[in-house]
Amino acid sequence: MKQNYTTSVVPITSMRTLAKSSAFIVFASLTSILVAANQEPPANLASMKGSIRIDGSSTVYPITEAVSEEFSKVAPKVNVTVGISGTGGGFKRFCAGETAISDASRPITPSEVALAASNKIEFIEIPIAYDALSIVVNPKNDWMKSVSVAQLKQIYSTGGPKTWKEIDPTWPDRAMKIYSPGTDSGTFDYFKEAVVGKEGKVRSDISVSEDDNVLVLGVSGDQDAIGFFGLAYFEENKDKLRSVPVIGASGLPVAAQTSTVNDGTYPLARPLFIYVNSKSASKPEVVAFVEFYLNKADALIGEVGYVTLPADILAKSNANWKARRLGTQFVKDDKKVDGSFSKIYK
Amino acid sequence: MKTGRTIPQAKRILSNRLMWAACLGATTIAVLVLSALLITIAIEGTGALTWSFLTSFASRKPAQAGIIAPLMGSIWVCAICAIVAIPVGIGTAIYLEEYARRSRIKSLIQLNISNLSGVPSIVYGILALVAFVRFFGIRTADDAWTFGNAESIFYLQIPFGPSVIAGGLTLALVVLPIMIISSQEALRSVPQSLRQAALALGSTQWQVVWHVTLPAALPTIMTGAILSMSRAIGEAAPLLVIGGFLLVFQTPANLMSDFTVLPLQIYNWAGRPQSDFHKIAAAAIIVQLVVLLAFNTIAIIIRQKLQRPLQS
Amino acid sequence: MTSIAARTAAEISQRGRIRSAAFQGFFEGSIKAMLIALTLLSVLTTVVIIAVLVEETIGFFTMADHPEISLWSFFTGTEWSPLLGAKPLFGVLPLISGTLLVTAIAGIFAMPVGLLTAVFLSEYASPRTRSILKSVLEVLAGVPTVVYGFFALTFITPYLLQPLSSSFGTYNAMGAGIAVGIMILPIVCSLSEDALRAVPQSLRDGAYALGATKFDVTAKVVIPAGLSGVVAAFLLALTRAIGETMIVALAAGGLAQLTANPSQQVQTMTAYMVQIFLGDAPAAGVEYRSSYAVAFTLFLITFIMTWTGAVILKRYREEYE
Repeated sequence: MKQNYTTSVVPITSMRTLAKSSAFIVFASLTSILVAANQEPPANLASMKGSIRIDGSSTVYPITEAVSEEFSKVAPKVNVTVGISGTGGGFKRFCAGETAISDASRPITPSEVALAASNKIEFIEIPIAYDALSIVVNPKNDWMKSVSVAQLKQIYSTGGPKTWKEIDPTWPDRAMKIYSPGTDSGTFDYFKEAVVGKEGKVRSDISVSEDDNVLVLGVSGDQDAIGFFGLAYFEENKDKLRSVPVIGASGLPVAAQTSTVNDGTYPLARPLFIYVNSKSASKPEVVAFVEFYLNKADALIGEVGYVTLPADILAKSNANWKARRLGTQFVKDDKKVDGSFSKIYK
Repeated sequence: MKTGRTIPQAKRILSNRLMWAACLGATTIAVLVLSALLITIAIEGTGALTWSFLTSFASRKPAQAGIIAPLMGSIWVCAICAIVAIPVGIGTAIYLEEYARRSRIKSLIQLNISNLSGVPSIVYGILALVAFVRFFGIRTADDAWTFGNAESIFYLQIPFGPSVIAGGLTLALVVLPIMIISSQEALRSVPQSLRQAALALGSTQWQVVWHVTLPAALPTIMTGAILSMSRAIGEAAPLLVIGGFLLVFQTPANLMSDFTVLPLQIYNWAGRPQSDFHKIAAAAIIVQLVVLLAFNTIAIIIRQKLQRPLQS
Repeated sequence: MTSIAARTAAEISQRGRIRSAAFQGFFEGSIKAMLIALTLLSVLTTVVIIAVLVEETIGFFTMADHPEISLWSFFTGTEWSPLLGAKPLFGVLPLISGTLLVTAIAGIFAMPVGLLTAVFLSEYASPRTRSILKSVLEVLAGVPTVVYGFFALTFITPYLLQPLSSSFGTYNAMGAGIAVGIMILPIVCSLSEDALRAVPQSLRDGAYALGATKFDVTAKVVIPAGLSGVVAAFLLALTRAIGETMIVALAAGGLAQLTANPSQQVQTMTAYMVQIFLGDAPAAGVEYRSSYAVAFTLFLITFIMTWTGAVILKRYREEYE
């Protein structure tokens, strides 16, 4: 993400201009203080009551878990429960009206939009972080020094290689143990689209789980294993795993980390979302929770291991929330909108 | 005993010794394996067993995590299970033992009950999902019948959704066959002479059951009830199906609350790669085992205390 | 013995419950009706289970957009990949083989050790040892099964299996199988011991009088006499093993493959059901229905096993009195 910095210099020509400028500055500060005071989160979080059901992505879960934990400390009477059914599973419940907030590691799909519409559910789409999808192997794997998207496609597609040697003849002739998030996972959907492609199919002889912790345990316990999941799960388990740099557009291997996501060189970077049910968004406890989420996210996202959104997208995100903008920007006329996240999201 | 073949004395002594060695060996293996289990858990878990562990909620940081939510969830769910399963189980057993005559139907019902006791608990989870959580689809969650307001303790919502009452009813389904079978055996063990004496004095059948048979069978029935509850408190699979694992920051406030139970929390923490979570999983297991031990001790005490009247 | 009855009759007359015969009849009748209703609940449970499972299973086999699914392809297909792969395949054999592999490992461990321990308890142990060990076994029978799964993941696989061979990954059939075996050990032991103790002492004494050694008595008299109980105990334990969910969900793996190699991952029927239901698919998709078909298969298997156990007990139980 390229940041545009502009500076401007205003020359002070006379005392009158100085007086005018200072008056203006004082006036502006007072107004903004007043405006900010009006937009403070509703007082008395401690006495607020209600319940908020959240479900969805296991990738987004670490952030939501951290936010819910901190929120429960300041608003102990609000009942927050968080599930991990996977992005797809979460949407099925969200579009049936069973949950107030859905965690998602991919944008909502046309069929899910249709399901929501048929149940008269309206929602607000809020991107909250960036993730660098990490390709991980066991620390004992010292032969896979980097991997290309084409090789990943080969490994995960149907009819893919059974041994390491089949991908690269310098690699050992041993059977691969392949791990993947399950089909209800947004990480899976993103990987399929970005790596395997729309036409391709993911092979069936791999070990799947919706629970990223299972993938971590699996890869860390088997030297011939390979898997993928969100950056946070790698950061949490750095001592047990090795992240493989992916070959980027420049032809050079790029490691999965905050800097390469921010400057756009990591090829498998993607946004993470929360979707809020608009009916729930009229409840004070839900509003308080979402505001808390947006305020605290910056601090907690780094702690959890993901990448904070750049300032301009954060501003758009906040503006859309304040305006309670309904609907998704990623589906138009029942079809998925093509293009990169930063271009589509306004 | 097959004879007709004389086995040399030495061989017989040897086979005798070998059998003894094999039996002792097997028992030792059994004891060793089970001790290894308990010792591993004790080593991993005792460090994390603090008062704050028992009273805090879950957290992303293992050092701050606690089990108050699953503990209270387990208590609520098991209480509901007990309230439903124990009367229904005893009632069914009374009917089958005291009222029903030997007939084809009765032995079919008996066969049915013993089959139900062998059904995997996850199948009960599926049944509960369809029947209690979704009420066979007659109403969706968004458009549920509600009684009372959400603040009070008497809030009720149909369909139940993944709530405490659905969890309790699920466990009641799992535990019911065991309860029926053990109550039946308890009633069967009451001497017929007691019943006949009461009938001879002019009691009606229900009076015999209520005033004579049931009190006599009560110690064994209570033991069976407590053992059923121990099974209920350890069940995780059916609850996983009806609600999944949930991160909950509240203890249940009414029948419609979301919940989680100790075995599910153990499952969640045990499945995490960080070894600190394994430590608190082990501590939660210790809490679970202590509760189990308490239940069993109560069962033994009840069994001993209530057994005296019959011996007079 | 009649004191209770006498006491009761006295109580009843003291409370002055002089009810009219009609009221008493009505009261008795309504109590009986209520008890019948409670009994019918157990029947209702089975009926609803079968109805729910059968309805969705029939739906599974008759899906219009999946004409390739048939009873034949389901029960003889060797690949189970409902969600991935070039096209979804619904052969249930890999799931059944996963369940059988784990159960077989569990049985190979638990049945001999359990039976021999039961023999020790009934024939060799002093009454004090017996009561201590039996109480310990009773308590262990109530330990939640997640604990055994935890034990498999944190002790059995890393410290017992992985040092043996590097082909054991984190998730393998052997670790889960051993854990399931440990879980059913108390059941096998306790029930077999009950069966062996039920054999009258007179049989044993008769054999001893004829000059038999303890081995002769145990192997040729006691065990054959108590065989029906022992076999019923084995069947019950194996039924528990087949239906076990948490241990295999934690430790066996997520890859359904038709293999007899215990160092490999397997997916059991129960673990697959958990996977689908956790994803909470309310829609009538083919994966959701496939889970019901698997559930129905599991229900049939355990039904047949329990029924066989009951038949064996009834027909082969020897009457001694």
